[in-house]
Amino acid sequence: MTPEKEHINTPDYIEAPSAPKHTRMQEFGRMLGQNRLAAIGFFIFLLFFCCAVTGLVLTSGSKPVFDPAMIRLEEKLRPPLSKPNLKALRPDQVPVFNIYLMGTDDLGRDVFARMLQGAWVSLTVGFVAVGISVFIGIFMGGIAGYFGQHHIKTIHILFFLCLMGGTGLILINAVFAGTALLLLCLSTIVFSLSARERSAEEKPSALKALFLGNAVSVDTLIMRIVDIMLCFPSFFLILTVVALLPASIYNIMIVIGLTSWMGTTRFVRAEFLSLREQDFVAAAKALGIGNFRIIFRHIMPNAVAPVLVSATIGIASAILTEAGLSFLGFGVPPPHATWGNILSDGKNFIFDAPWLTFIPGIAILIVVLSFNLFGEGLRDILNPKLRERH
Amino acid sequence: MLSFIGRSVVQKTITLFFVSIVSFLIIHLAPGKPSQVNPLNPKFTPEILERFQKEFHLDKPLYVQYIYFYRDLFTGKTVSWKDNQSVLAKIWGRFLNSLPLFIVGTLITWTLSFPVGIRSAIHRGGIYDQTATFLSYLLISIPGFFFAYVLIIFVVTRFHVPVIGMETFGITNASIAHMIMDRIWHLLLPSVLGATGGIAILSRYVRSQMLEVEGQDYIRTAKAKGLPPDQVHYKHAFRNALLPFVTMFGLILPGLIGGSVIIETIFSWPGMGRMAYEAILARDYPVILTVNFVSAVLVLAGTFVSDLLYLVVDPRIRL
Repeated sequence: MTPEKEHINTPDYIEAPSAPKHTRMQEFGRMLGQNRLAAIGFFIFLLFFCCAVTGLVLTSGSKPVFDPAMIRLEEKLRPPLSKPNLKALRPDQVPVFNIYLMGTDDLGRDVFARMLQGAWVSLTVGFVAVGISVFIGIFMGGIAGYFGQHHIKTIHILFFLCLMGGTGLILINAVFAGTALLLLCLSTIVFSLSARERSAEEKPSALKALFLGNAVSVDTLIMRIVDIMLCFPSFFLILTVVALLPASIYNIMIVIGLTSWMGTTRFVRAEFLSLREQDFVAAAKALGIGNFRIIFRHIMPNAVAPVLVSATIGIASAILTEAGLSFLGFGVPPPHATWGNILSDGKNFIFDAPWLTFIPGIAILIVVLSFNLFGEGLRDILNPKLRERH
Repeated sequence: MLSFIGRSVVQKTITLFFVSIVSFLIIHLAPGKPSQVNPLNPKFTPEILERFQKEFHLDKPLYVQYIYFYRDLFTGKTVSWKDNQSVLAKIWGRFLNSLPLFIVGTLITWTLSFPVGIRSAIHRGGIYDQTATFLSYLLISIPGFFFAYVLIIFVVTRFHVPVIGMETFGITNASIAHMIMDRIWHLLLPSVLGATGGIAILSRYVRSQMLEVEGQDYIRTAKAKGLPPDQVHYKHAFRNALLPFVTMFGLILPGLIGGSVIIETIFSWPGMGRMAYEAILARDYPVILTVNFVSAVLVLAGTFVSDLLYLVVDPRIRL
């Protein structure tokens, strides 16, 4: 052994700084393996994802493999696994594999094809709605937690009110009043700019102090908005808005997303409040790193665990909400099949054709259950108190 | 204490004011019009339309409508656009119908979840705990309307009793016992359904609270000095685990008015939720707004009550 090598080899009793032996993904896989329910949930979730994607491929296009809209009035309410009556059907009406895997509904449409199409709808509704709510939640919570102690001046509130009022008035065809408000808004900008230039030399008067004084802190403002949103009974609010807006799948996603961000905001704010005071943030600030880089690169990865958990469970509840809306007749409009409206169409034939109720019902149950189990498992996995050190 | 009460009353009044504005704007700025003033409605001539517009103040600017609406609400003069009845009387009638559902549902939730939660916490990780955990996930995940149909099929085919509605139609000359049983059967299914989600969530919460308390030092001390397990669990642990649940009494207040739209629709139960649903369908703005306002008041009152209870129950908290 050469002397240089001996020099490089650190003795055993000094613990060399080393990277963790396992990568994050390996660690994650190991924890998932220990939590059996969560692993099952994760597996079903992957399966559902694959089903939804293949369903989208197989049921869309001008000549889909499984046509969810094909009406065969001769083949109404056939039970699952029944053979089609080949004599009564035109060749292009014969289902794939010569069998109705999940039966047909009251218009003779293939329930299997409709379920495949509905899987994609449920998946997108869940993911887009939760995506919107997580985005708003992180944004609002991050601002409240990080910039919380900053104060908003009265003039800013006036500015914002003028802007909103002006736009609103123009939208409802009161152009004159709206333009006036927008002009007032512009004048406040000019006023505040000139005030900033002169504020250095002269003492502010009482009126100016009122306008430029601190009104509320950002934190208070955002948390009050959260309180206001929490006052609405959520399903009732969603129902009202969806009923008043024209029926479309996008409206449902947006409305569910816009009414469910409050929990995420609270989590993120709480995490930010504690992380903001940590040493690594102080170090980053001392290095002169910008606020937004600190927020997204340094604090966010540490605050993401509760958000992930609540997002996973949020997807489950968004799927349930969509199904409930479809059930009440406010869901995705008819040419699209969703699990909720297959079920609500099927309820009229519950004694003659129970599969029309049970197949979509059990499908929703399994998917929502898998999301809930996975989300709860994720909570345990990501909880640093339960993580073992290696 | 007094300053806390004063502060939170002021704060909640401001919140309520903004809630009233937001709900008013959502309803009035959304596209579409109530059927009475919709120009596409073939039943009405332009003159009638104009009369309705005037009657409902729809020809005035929005802020005037807002002031008129809340003036009418506070003087109790709001009338439904659909049938010209007083909104408050209507809501009160429906509220009385929803009340039994709410009471039975809450009773079922609270009496079932505590024993289940405590038992799972005591036998943590055992077969009972695992089954209870899985069942509670199942209950959270099951779509309410699907579960309702499964239960209806089961009860109707097994026991041959009618369950839809508040009572069997035309059951006036039956014996008293028969009528009471009839009411109970009609009440049972919707309230069980209303309680399912609550049981699942509350029992999980009881379990985690109990687990937290069972890990404390004073429980180990109690065990170490040889107290019987029942006394440790129920006298030492359970009483301390109860603390957060006292405050939950405040939080069940909003459930009074929410009702469940879906369950009441399935069971044709003439309660609050269904009235709200019908009001939305008919675009009966006064009813929608009043329901919204009352439920916001209940939410705020609920949080206020739970804060107060916390103050009273836990002497460590000083606000």
